[in-house]
Amino acid sequence: MDAPVPSDVRLLASSFDPAEELRAFAQAHPGSGGVVSFLGQVREGGGVEALELQHYAPLTLPAMEALARQVRARWNLDGLLILHRSGVMLPAQPIVLVAAAARHRRDAFAAADYAMDHLKSESWFWKREKVAGEWRWIEPREQDFEDIARWQ
Amino acid sequence: MTLPKRLVFLGRLEDLAGGPSQDIAKAGPLPWNDLLATLAERHSQALVDAVQADKVRIAVNGVVIADKTALVLADGDEIAFLPPVSGG
Repeated sequence: MDAPVPSDVRLLASSFDPAEELRAFAQAHPGSGGVVSFLGQVREGGGVEALELQHYAPLTLPAMEALARQVRARWNLDGLLILHRSGVMLPAQPIVLVAAAARHRRDAFAAADYAMDHLKSESWFWKREKVAGEWRWIEPREQDFEDIARWQ
Repeated sequence: MTLPKRLVFLGRLEDLAGGPSQDIAKAGPLPWNDLLATLAERHSQALVDAVQADKVRIAVNGVVIADKTALVLADGDEIAFLPPVSGG
């Protein structure tokens, strides 16, 4: 049996092309019958001019890698992709891309869902938005804690 | 020459501290209460209160610690003050 393909986990300081990343990921896993992906992007509207995600280097990427190991241990996947931006983003730019490749689709759906819930509520990012030229920090949403409680 | 202790403030704590990081040059072990006293000399009570809140977690040299009141910083240590996260 072939060794499992390592997860591809990256913290990106500049914008990325989600379509190209997903194409390359699917191509790298030709034996997978299903690839499920989630793309999070900066929402347009509400007067938000920009969004900034701050990270803390000693914690943020190591925790993303630990999450990838948890996901791989919990579901039978052929591959896992977790890309997350830091820094300043503009409306419609991508923030996060998660993709799971599996022989069967249910593992891939669940793994991507779990990874997103944990990225949203447990990963080391602090978000602020620029509205009318002023930056303000965003507090965590109650919904994010409820989402993660589903898995416990 | 000894290395300073480095303080890193994340999220809204950066605004309260007036910047993302600062150093404490004074050499020797620095327990939590003395660290709070140093912060109180430099900053508003709002920052001193904020770092003591349960929901603000602490990492020392990249490791999140369970009981911040028991910590003792050594020269060259980096302590990060981590408010609740809001990512993704």
